[in-house]
Amino acid sequence: MRLFVTYLIGLVFGVGISISGMVNPAKVLNFFDIAGSWDPSLIFVMGGALVTTFIGYRLVFGRAGPVMAPRFEVPTNRALDMRLIGGAAVFGIGWGIAGFCPGGALPALGTGRMEVVYFVAAVIVGILIAKLTLGIKPVRTV
Amino acid sequence: METVFTPWASLGGGILIGLAATLLMLTLGRVMGATGVLSGVIAPTSRQDFAWRAAVLAGMVSGPLAIFAVSGAMPTVDVPVSLPMLLIGGVVVGLGVTYGSGCTSGHGVCGMARLSLRSVVATVTFMIFTFATVYVVRHVLGM
Repeated sequence: MRLFVTYLIGLVFGVGISISGMVNPAKVLNFFDIAGSWDPSLIFVMGGALVTTFIGYRLVFGRAGPVMAPRFEVPTNRALDMRLIGGAAVFGIGWGIAGFCPGGALPALGTGRMEVVYFVAAVIVGILIAKLTLGIKPVRTV
Repeated sequence: METVFTPWASLGGGILIGLAATLLMLTLGRVMGATGVLSGVIAPTSRQDFAWRAAVLAGMVSGPLAIFAVSGAMPTVDVPVSLPMLLIGGVVVGLGVTYGSGCTSGHGVCGMARLSLRSVVATVTFMIFTFATVYVVRHVLGM
């Protein structure tokens, strides 16, 4: 039951990403190309998602806890460090090169297009390399 | 490659994304971040952790299929970049989202909606770098 509900929530996300145009790298890259073939659609995606989540979270956080889990698991790290800023900058560069972000690419896998499979495989390689280097770090300091 | 401006479809899709983020917090008390979902499926920390993320991922992938079932057409996916750029960009994205602890959905939507300063800083940073990268790729390198 819990996993089926979770599946349906993923489906709502996937349908939203599909309708919004975030599955389409041509559209995403055009949003970032103000000097060229600019397509401002993504402002509406971001705006719609942000306002809805902002209101939704206000309502949800008014409860003592979630419906199907013991407590809300929100990130507690508050550090504005180089790992956060450097990581975000690197992500921006990758997004600008490929045109896909993870939130757009995962639902796009459902279209069966091989380009999406290649991109997601490359992202997985990147994640594993990063996890490996992050995992090795504490050992280096010993 | 020109694309059609779609304010209403994009707004509607955005609202659904926000609805999904809200529902995941309401039911499981979790942040709807694509990076966390993918990361938790390929390198799970526990069995339970894997299960809910795999369920979200399966739902996400079903999104375009649901669109196809209703409209008879898959959502448009036009890839205007070469395969090497797709692969290099993918590895770079994977590195960045892991070090930066999130992407457009986790930081840009969920974190910003919680007014998390980390997420605001991350979102502003990656947006600036994406704008700059697209400018360099298209107008300086002419690719």
